[in-house]
Amino acid sequence: MIFIGKEIQTAAYLFASILFILSLGGLSSQESAKRGVFYGIVGMTIAILATVLGKGVEGHIYIIGAISVAAIIGTLLARKVEMTSMPQLVAILHSFVGLAAVLVGFGSYLDPVTHTLSSTEHTIHLVEVFIGVFIGAITFTGSIVAWGKLEGKIMSKPLLYPGRHAVNIILVLASIVLGVMFAGAEGTDGMIYLYIMTAIAAFIGVMLVMAIGGADMPVVVSMLNSYSGWAASAAGFMLGNDLLIVTGALVGSSGAILSIIMCEAMNRSFFSVILGGFGAQTSSGTTTAIEGEVTSLNHEEVAGLLKEAKSVVIVPGYGMAVAKAQYPIYDMVQTLRKAGKNVRFAIHPVAGRLPGHMNVLLAEANVPYDIVLEMDEINPELPDTDVVMVIGANDVVNPGAQDDPSSPIYGMPVIEAWKAEKVIIMKRSMSVGYAGVENPLFYKPNAEMLYGDAKDSVEKILGFLKG
Amino acid sequence: MKVGIPSEVFPNELRVAATPKTIKRLQKQGFEVYIQHNAGLKANFSDKDFEEAGAKIVATATDIYGKSDIVLKVKEPSMEEVDMMKEGLVMLSYLWPAQNQPLLQKLADKKVNAIAMDAIPRISRAQKMDVLSSMANIAGYRAVIEGSYHFGRFLNGQITAAGKVEPAKVLVIGAGVAGLAAIGAANSLGAIVRAFDTRKEVAEQIASMGAQFLTVEINEDGATSSGYSKEMSKEFIEAEMKLFLEQAKEVDIVITTAQIPGRPAPKLWLDYHVAAMKPGSVIVDLAASTGGNCVATKNGEVYTTDNGVTVVGKLNQLPNQASQLYGNNLCHLLDDMGKAEKFKIDMEDAVVSRAMVTYNGKINWPPAPLPVSPEKPKTTEVAVEAPEIVAARKNKKEATSMVIKLGVIGALLFAMGQFAPGEFMQHFTVFVLAVFIGWQVIWNVSHSLHTPLMAVTNAISGIIIIGGLLQTKDNLSSSLVMTVLASAAILVASINIVGGFVVTHRMLKMFKK
Repeated sequence: MIFIGKEIQTAAYLFASILFILSLGGLSSQESAKRGVFYGIVGMTIAILATVLGKGVEGHIYIIGAISVAAIIGTLLARKVEMTSMPQLVAILHSFVGLAAVLVGFGSYLDPVTHTLSSTEHTIHLVEVFIGVFIGAITFTGSIVAWGKLEGKIMSKPLLYPGRHAVNIILVLASIVLGVMFAGAEGTDGMIYLYIMTAIAAFIGVMLVMAIGGADMPVVVSMLNSYSGWAASAAGFMLGNDLLIVTGALVGSSGAILSIIMCEAMNRSFFSVILGGFGAQTSSGTTTAIEGEVTSLNHEEVAGLLKEAKSVVIVPGYGMAVAKAQYPIYDMVQTLRKAGKNVRFAIHPVAGRLPGHMNVLLAEANVPYDIVLEMDEINPELPDTDVVMVIGANDVVNPGAQDDPSSPIYGMPVIEAWKAEKVIIMKRSMSVGYAGVENPLFYKPNAEMLYGDAKDSVEKILGFLKG
Repeated sequence: MKVGIPSEVFPNELRVAATPKTIKRLQKQGFEVYIQHNAGLKANFSDKDFEEAGAKIVATATDIYGKSDIVLKVKEPSMEEVDMMKEGLVMLSYLWPAQNQPLLQKLADKKVNAIAMDAIPRISRAQKMDVLSSMANIAGYRAVIEGSYHFGRFLNGQITAAGKVEPAKVLVIGAGVAGLAAIGAANSLGAIVRAFDTRKEVAEQIASMGAQFLTVEINEDGATSSGYSKEMSKEFIEAEMKLFLEQAKEVDIVITTAQIPGRPAPKLWLDYHVAAMKPGSVIVDLAASTGGNCVATKNGEVYTTDNGVTVVGKLNQLPNQASQLYGNNLCHLLDDMGKAEKFKIDMEDAVVSRAMVTYNGKINWPPAPLPVSPEKPKTTEVAVEAPEIVAARKNKKEATSMVIKLGVIGALLFAMGQFAPGEFMQHFTVFVLAVFIGWQVIWNVSHSLHTPLMAVTNAISGIIIIGGLLQTKDNLSSSLVMTVLASAAILVASINIVGGFVVTHRMLKMFKK
């Protein structure tokens, strides 16, 4: 075996760090994004090779075995996953990072080298292990619950019990006490404290995500993304490995920024989302009474409206993802564009269950990204738009967010669909959106409902457009 | 109550003060309607139409003026007509009280209660009876139509098999009701429209109708509380004339609409402007009846100047359309005055008291001024400076809080350095710098790529694999648990790495222009 020296290993880690930064930087535009992924892969390869070839690494056979098995599983998973299920995949991958952090933490504690350190260093190392395992365990169970909610295996309604804040605080305090006892224990005697703390952290992770409603899933997923980064960073401290620290910090801040963006898009404070309780307010009684009548159209009438329109804006939401309607929608868009109409998509930052979820779904259906606009780009143009089609979106087009101070989503930036000449809302029923809020848009005189499954409806409209 | 409508005696007046539709409305309000024989002929309404609508035809004007309680008219009455009026008659028509003092005196002497429709104050509530607006709307539209008629080309640009056609350029001066209507009409015919007004506040209205707002560099606002613009300073007018001269060389049709109530129209388009225009271009002067905005205008005439510019000083009034709108305005006013049953001249009413120019034998003109648009709070110098002061104060406050924050952070770091070993501090340095780099880099990530971003961060957070790699041991007998844990960590972390990169790649492949 050829071994490489510590200096070369450090250089390789530095190079890998640079590549990781470039990888994330590449995502600033679609053109450079593919290059970004390439940088990431190269960086990862260099990092792994530099580690494995380093002095003192043993058990190559287990390493190769585990990586090979994982490569197969990972490839299959990534190839097979449907774009509509991206949130679930992302959530489960977060849980893996959390799990790995817990395993590495335990491993580090069991490592005999750990206990040969001097007293201060030993204490610091134990604290690092403790924190790493704590964050890892929260990430692990929290992500699994998030996955369950996204997959529909766990009810998406927030689980709230009285005094949960007090319970959480007590649990965190208990963990700190355990941590002090753990750091003071000789040899591997502190194992029991580590076990108890892991169980507590796992419980906190579960309860944290259980308390958060379905509409806040984009925030939760970004937040867990952030946690998984901090977990990796903590592991880096525990192993004294700068590459892990840097990468973890990059991922951690990335997730934090995404959470902030999502919270801003919903006009919510980060803490109120984390602490939970938003989706719980079914405020049917408190909101201002809505005036007007809900009117509906059939597919032929909608097709007629589209034929007359010059400019059309489509606002997709989670309903489009559920119905997998992106393909017929793009078919319809192409038909309309061929007829010389200006057709564009408007994406609200929190549409879907994952930041950027709608963009990915539309890209999957080959929609060119230059006709996919953000909320801030499209809002000024909506008053000059003839028809807005809202497909499976609800809260993101709720005018109550602007004019009804009693609405729980008051102040949240929304796509101002009602300013267009005509709004067509495609929906399965009159039920409320994830935020549990009535939508006054449906009652506006220029709004028309089209009930039914999004995919089915779009296909029927397409039939009339072509026929 | 009886409402009478006489024929208009002025030869060029084609309109009539009622149409079959407004007659039906008047009857609904409870009035009996009498109309003079052939009153609507010039506006294409026959006696039969009026009869079918429920009006009674009367042979002579004497009968109308002698027997009605209310007379509806368009043009101000002639002295002969006033002679026919009975005492106490309420008469609604144009009157131009500022110019027609003798007529007012005569009406007052006859104890006729005359309402000048042109003196209806231009406030929001009275918009529905504002004949100046409704007539100006027609004039603006018609100005474009007639201008286009005299102009020998298309207004819109076209690219045809026979060659390319440049769009015509239309300049509208004065963006009142007529000006805005002209902008809208010219725009819808496809012309490039520019508009000038001394009032800055109308810039938005001009843009909304589809024209480009022209302005001069001098910062002076012509807006007044009456809604009309005031006379501007000498410097402003010079700059304005210069601007017009530049425009004169370019534009094909000029439509001028500037009027000042009670005074001759301002001269805005001077001889050298006319001289600078291209042959074949057209000037439509909507102020022709009050002297014209253009020096070359001849009221009631259309002619071509020596350099081939057609000057239009006469517009078809669209009598049928105009009668309908004018008649509606009258109906609205009568509606406001209590209809037939509760008809009352309420001199407390802001609208009636100002339009009623003669009342009970006295001249009631000029009326007290009434601001049209709510007074805007005057922006004083203090108010102008205030945002800067506020900003400066805020800046100072932020700076103070920043200093405090940095101080706290510095103290914490210092305390840490006191106790933590050197190696930890080194790692910590790397950590903090990496957080800052991540913070800077991630904000640049495009919103549409947030899902790929999460997938790629998933992949690279699999770097935790290194932890596992360092912990596997060859000798299982001594460290079985550790190796098993490490292998499991390697397994899940590798799934992350491979799965994350593959799925990101798959997603990015789909994004295309």
